[in-house]
Amino acid sequence: MTEVRHGGSPGRARDGAPGRKRGGKGGAEQVMVPEADFTSYYGRPIVKPAPWEKDIAYYLFTGGVAAGSSLLGAGADLTGRPGLRRVARFGSLGSLGLSIGFLVHDLGKPSRFLNMLRVAKLTSPMSVGTWILSIHGPFAALASGAEIVSLLPASWQRVGPLRLVAVLGRPAGLVGALTAPPVAAYTAVLLADTATPAWHSAHEELPFVFCGSAAAASGGLGLLGSPVAEAGPARAFAVGGAVIELAAERRMEQSMGLSAETLHRGTAGRWMRAATALTVAGAAGALVGRRSRVLSMVSGAALMAGSLCTRMGVYEAGLASARDPKYTVVPQRERADRWVPGDDRQ
Amino acid sequence: MIGRNSLYGPLDPAPDAGYAAPPPRKGFFTDTSVCIGCKACEVACKEWNDVPENLFEMLGTSYDNSHSLNANQWRHVAFIERPGTAPVPDRPAVDLGMPTVGAAPSDVPDEAKPDFQWLMSSDVCKHCTHAACLDVCPTGSLFRSEFGTVVVQDDICNGCGYCVAACPYGVIDRRQGPEGDPKVGIAQKCTLCYDRLTDNQRPACAQACPTESILYGDVEELRERANERVAALHEQGVMDARLYGNDPEDGVGGTGAFFLLLDEPEVYGLPPDPVVTTKDLPMMFKRAGMAGTAMLVGAALSFLRRPR
Repeated sequence: MTEVRHGGSPGRARDGAPGRKRGGKGGAEQVMVPEADFTSYYGRPIVKPAPWEKDIAYYLFTGGVAAGSSLLGAGADLTGRPGLRRVARFGSLGSLGLSIGFLVHDLGKPSRFLNMLRVAKLTSPMSVGTWILSIHGPFAALASGAEIVSLLPASWQRVGPLRLVAVLGRPAGLVGALTAPPVAAYTAVLLADTATPAWHSAHEELPFVFCGSAAAASGGLGLLGSPVAEAGPARAFAVGGAVIELAAERRMEQSMGLSAETLHRGTAGRWMRAATALTVAGAAGALVGRRSRVLSMVSGAALMAGSLCTRMGVYEAGLASARDPKYTVVPQRERADRWVPGDDRQ
Repeated sequence: MIGRNSLYGPLDPAPDAGYAAPPPRKGFFTDTSVCIGCKACEVACKEWNDVPENLFEMLGTSYDNSHSLNANQWRHVAFIERPGTAPVPDRPAVDLGMPTVGAAPSDVPDEAKPDFQWLMSSDVCKHCTHAACLDVCPTGSLFRSEFGTVVVQDDICNGCGYCVAACPYGVIDRRQGPEGDPKVGIAQKCTLCYDRLTDNQRPACAQACPTESILYGDVEELRERANERVAALHEQGVMDARLYGNDPEDGVGGTGAFFLLLDEPEVYGLPPDPVVTTKDLPMMFKRAGMAGTAMLVGAALSFLRRPR
């Protein structure tokens, strides 16, 4: 295996001579449909896979937890559920912190992180997302700050600045909740607005998969950390999210065309199978175990793990679809060949 | 400026980007039918733009040892060996007394020799009319020049890598080495020699090309020359000749650097029918808005049940 040492993508240089060949890579998996015929240049990729580390997949998960937790935190605050409010607000703060860490760490020049804020560009989902996070983050953090203040001794809570934080907790939490859904949804656009076949072809359903996954994960966190008496909304949110995620994912595979198979193969396939199993089990457990703290906690953990697996699976499927030229060439060749009438190409 | 075709469709990119009276759009017409695979373009590009080493290995892929377009390879000559004979010209070649190319004279009869044809093509950034890399760049590092080209500002790029995933041709890439290079970690690609254009100079690769396979000029004029060239080749019986990227109605609104190819694009490692990803961006934001609204409503509904 030869690799380009600098600046390039890993090469698979000796994959054979160009020309019509059967499929891309063979594999141990049995495929029922025949592999598509296509031509490539020595089997090399056409589009480049995103040069990101797994950080970005982790961020997809933590961003979802942060968004859903903000919603649950505000709801718990308004309906008088202090236990659920606490775990949701801490979940929001913790996952926001992790998210920013993952995002900055993955930059080629982390020291230039703030360059993101020198423009606001609607054509760049990453720019839009940066601004969404910049608006959501401070409000969510302020609400979490109020939660920390409420844990301090009563005498400290009367100190001016701390008292202000405590008073602002609820309004900040409400703004945080209203700005939370875009945090969960934009990451789907972030992936879909690329030339990566498996991500772009999923662009209509991926936002629903990711928002469902965010609800399942944050609801799962609520089940994990709050008393059974207060966990009802987290349970409903988690189960609803899990159902949406599973349904949207099935629908997504129907609309993706050829690249849907990357969700079933290799690393991505293992993540997706684990995601389905964990999400189904977690949702069922959450419904059955509404009176059991232990069963609720186990179900919550399973739902969170299922959400993480979904994000890893979608992320890995995209990279796999970029590495194999088949997913770029075959759909485009079919489209180009359909255009023969009125086309001046040969 | 936002126009009807700002995301998709025919467009003159420089005025759309806000230039009041830009010079005519500049580009390349790479005629691969006269490429001899000398790689002078690769060398000239590296020299002029100070592009560091890429790899020093024999890849076993004909004469192609520079692998692909990437951060350290802004021109890349593809070599394809395949069965078949070169088309017979419509008139006999004139003997110039030059050294001959090919195997030494032998007793093997012609029909016993294997059929062999060589395709060579110097690939480069396409400088798309609708450039996905530029659209998705979150820092504004990638910008549209007055010449209608797409250029990275090295001191602004923070290496987010979004452009890498967005390019439908797999051109732009984040530089990974050599260690100590000031541009490690940031996105790099062909600038169409922006620093030469501003001085009325041809880009280095076009300047170095000995056969004028790489033509530089106004895109309008190059498109006409390309049409004439492909018609001439068809007349000579080279029916495989086709243009790639010259059509303003295609998925990226036509490219500033376009090609005359002698086989399907994918044979050269080019996507057969690329479409800029941002064409679907309004739909993506709409679906994300629907999903986000559903999430908000779902959260509210979760709290509607009476606490037990």
